[in-house]
Amino acid sequence: MDVLDFARWQFGIITVYHFLFVPITIGLSAIIAGYETAWVRTRNEQWLRLTKFFGKLFLINFALGVVTGIVQEFQFGMNWSDYSRFVGDVFGAPLAIEGLLAFFLESTFLGLWIFGWDRLSPKLHVACIWTVHLGTLFSSYFILTANSWMQHPVGYRYNPTTGRAEMTDFAAVLFNKVQLVTFPHTILAAYMTGAAFVVGVSFWSMLRKHNADDQNLYRHGLRTGAVVMLIAGIGVAVSGDISGKIMTEVQPMKMAAAEALYNTQQPASFSILTVGTPDGKHEKFSIKVPGLLSFLATGSTHGKVEGINQLRARYQATYGSDPGAKYYSPGDYTPYIPVTYWSFRFMIGLGVLGTGLAALILFVTRREKLPTGRAWRWIAIGLPLMPLLANSFGWLFSEMGRQPWAVFGVMTTAQAVSPGVSTFEARTSLVVLTLVYAVLAVVEVGLLVKYIKGGAEKDPVVPDHTDNDPDRPLAFAY
Amino acid sequence: MELTTVWFILIAVLWIGYFTLEGFDFGVGILLPVLGRTESERRVLINTIGPVWDGNEVWLLVAGGATFAAFPEWYATLFSGFYLPLLLILVALIARGVAFEYRAKRDDERWRAAWDKAIFFGSLLPAVLWGVAFANILRGVPIDAHKEYVGGFFNLLNPYALLGGVMTLLLFTAHGAMFVSLKTDGDIRHRARVLAGGTGLAAAAAAVAFLGWTQVSTGNLGSAFLFVAAAVSLLAGLVAIQRHREGWGFLGTFAAIALGVAGLFVALFPDVMPTSLADGVSLTTTSAAATHYTLGIMTVVAVIFTPLVLAYQAWTYWVFRKRISVHHIPVLAAPGTTR
Repeated sequence: MDVLDFARWQFGIITVYHFLFVPITIGLSAIIAGYETAWVRTRNEQWLRLTKFFGKLFLINFALGVVTGIVQEFQFGMNWSDYSRFVGDVFGAPLAIEGLLAFFLESTFLGLWIFGWDRLSPKLHVACIWTVHLGTLFSSYFILTANSWMQHPVGYRYNPTTGRAEMTDFAAVLFNKVQLVTFPHTILAAYMTGAAFVVGVSFWSMLRKHNADDQNLYRHGLRTGAVVMLIAGIGVAVSGDISGKIMTEVQPMKMAAAEALYNTQQPASFSILTVGTPDGKHEKFSIKVPGLLSFLATGSTHGKVEGINQLRARYQATYGSDPGAKYYSPGDYTPYIPVTYWSFRFMIGLGVLGTGLAALILFVTRREKLPTGRAWRWIAIGLPLMPLLANSFGWLFSEMGRQPWAVFGVMTTAQAVSPGVSTFEARTSLVVLTLVYAVLAVVEVGLLVKYIKGGAEKDPVVPDHTDNDPDRPLAFAY
Repeated sequence: MELTTVWFILIAVLWIGYFTLEGFDFGVGILLPVLGRTESERRVLINTIGPVWDGNEVWLLVAGGATFAAFPEWYATLFSGFYLPLLLILVALIARGVAFEYRAKRDDERWRAAWDKAIFFGSLLPAVLWGVAFANILRGVPIDAHKEYVGGFFNLLNPYALLGGVMTLLLFTAHGAMFVSLKTDGDIRHRARVLAGGTGLAAAAAAVAFLGWTQVSTGNLGSAFLFVAAAVSLLAGLVAIQRHREGWGFLGTFAAIALGVAGLFVALFPDVMPTSLADGVSLTTTSAAATHYTLGIMTVVAVIFTPLVLAYQAWTYWVFRKRISVHHIPVLAAPGTTR
C-alpha cells in the first residue's frame, strides 16, 4: 500500500466514525431542547427527568464528536495537500465560516448549558441548548456546502496561471442545487438518528423497569421520539428521491453504479438483490422491480437510464482518457461497483426498516400496552443502529460513487494526495488514529450502557438560579 | 491595506486567541498532578476550566480553517510538512478532551487515574509542540521549489525550536497557575500563587532567551517593541502575584503571551513560511494567499462574527466568574455510586 491507499483508508475510517456522533448530536440536541422547553412551560417534572437523562447520554456522545472533528479539519492539509492547494480558495471558505459561526456557538453555549443549571434563569438555560442546536445546523450547512461543491463544482473558474480553482460566485457555491437537497436530506436523517436513539433507549428501559412511574416516563420519551422519527423518516425518503434525480443529472455514472447497470435501458428495473459471479461482471440470480430505477432516476417508470458502458464513452469524450492511474485503467471512469451497489441498497433498506420498526414499536406500546418477549429487547437495541448505519452507507455511496474524482470532473483522488508525505507517516497516522478510535469506541459504548442502565434520576434537583449562597455546591461538576 | 495583510493579521489574532485561552487550559492540565493533591482538589482544578476549555479550543479550529481559506498554500505546506508533530498534537487533544468529559463518569480510582494521565500528557505535549512548530516556522524550514516541505521529522528538533518549546511550556504552566490562583479559593489558591511566581520566573528566563534569539535572527523594530512589551507584562504579572493580586497577575501572563505571539508574527511578516533552502521558495502573504474575491467575502464574515464570538465568550467567563473550592464539589453522580 502507498500513501494514496493509506490516506483513502484513513479518510474513510475517520470520517465514517466521526459521522456516527454528528447525527446523534444534531438530532438529540433538538429533542432535548424540546423536552426542556416542555419543562419550562409546563413545569411537569417528567420533562425535566427526560432532559437530564438524555442530556447525560448526549454529552457522552458529544465528547467524541468534538475530538474527532479536529482530525477532520487537519487531515485535508496533512494527507491531501495538493487537494488543499487546488481547492482552498473555494473549499476553505465554508470551512472557516463553519468554525467561526458554528463551532464557537456549539462549544460555548454547550458549556453554559452543562454548567449553567443554577446560574442561568430557566428561559436563558433552555435558550442555550437551542443555540447549540442552531450551531449544529450552521455547521451542517457549511460543511455540506463544501462537500456539495466536490460533488458538483459551481461558482468557480480554473486559473491556468495559478493552477488552481478560484471562486467567482460565492452565492452559487452556497446555493448549489446539490447542496439545496443534500442539506435537508442529511439533517432529516440526523433527526431520524437522534429520534431512533431516544425510541430505542426509552423502549429498552420500559421493558426493564416495572414501576408505573418509570413506565410512564419512558412512554413519553418513546412517543415523542417515534413521532419525530416517523416525520423525519418520510422527509428523508422524499428528499432522497429528489437527491437521486439531481444526482442522475450531475453524476449519471453514480446512478448507473448504484444499480450496476452496464447498458442503457428504457425502462430500467431496480434489483433488490443480486447474486453474481465473483468478479461481479455477470449475474446469476436477481430479484427485480420493473421500472423502479427509471422512477428513481427520472421520476417516470418509463424513463431512460444510461448505463456504465455508454457513460464511460461519454466521460472519455469529455474528460480525456486518464482518470488518474493506479486504480483506473485508461479511460475507465467506473466506481467500485460492489460498494456502490450494496451501500445504496443498505442505505435505503436500513432507513425504511428503521422507520417501519419505529411505527411498529409505537403500535405495540399504544395506550398502556407493553409487549413481552425477549425479541423486543433486541429490537430496542437494534433500532438506533439502523439509521446510524444507513447514514454511513449513504456517505460511502456518495463518496465512493464519485470516484475516481475528488472534485467531480475537475480533480481526481489520485491527484489530490500529499506528494511530500512519506509512506511511513501516512501508515503511522492511519494505525494510530484507528487504534485510538477503537479504544474510544469501547469506552464510549461502555459508558452509554452504564448510564442507560442507570436510568433517569428519580427526583431531579430543580435548579434555582436565585439562590445566592456562596457555599452552595456546583449544580454540575466534572 | 492589502487584504492579504489584513488576513495575516487576522490569522495572528486567531492564534493569539488560541494561545492566551487554551494556554491556561494546558497549564491547568500540566499542574493537575502538582496542585491536585486529593481527588477533590483535582476536581476543583478541572472544573475551573470545565465550562470553557472546549470554546477555547475552537480558536485552533478557526485558525486552521481560516488559514485553509485565506492562505491555502500555507495550510497545505504546513500541515503536510509538520505531519508527525501534528499527529501527536491531534492524539493529545483527543485524549485530554475525552478525559475532561469522561473522568467523572465512573466512580473508580483506576479509571480516574488513567484519565488524569491523559489530561497531563494531553496538555503537556501540545504546550511543547506548538512552541517547537512556531519556532520552526520562524527559523525557516526546507521547502523546495514545488512548495513542498522536504525536511523530515528530526529536522524540526533543532536547539532554537526546542527552546521555543520550553518557553511555551513554561509560559502556559505559569499562565495556568495564575488562572488557578484567580479561580479557586482556600489552600490550593495559595499554592497556585506560589507556583505562579516560580514558574513565571522560569518562563521569563526562557522567553528572554528565545525572543532575544528571534530578535537577533529575524526581528525588526516592531517585533523588538512587542517583545519588550511582552517581557514587561510578564514581569509586571510576577510583581502583581507577589502582592497577591491574582487578577493582575493573570492579566500579566495573558498580555505577555498575546504580545509575544504578536511579535513573532511581526518578525515573520511578510513571509508566512520562509524556506531554508537556497533553491527553495518561501511562502509569503501574497504568494500563499487566496484570491481577492475570497478574501473579501471572508473579511465581511469575520468583521460581523468575530466581535459576536468575543462578546458571548466573554459573557461565559462572567457567568462562571465565581471562585471554586473543595466544598463546592458535589458528590460524584455516576450511576452505581454508593453515597
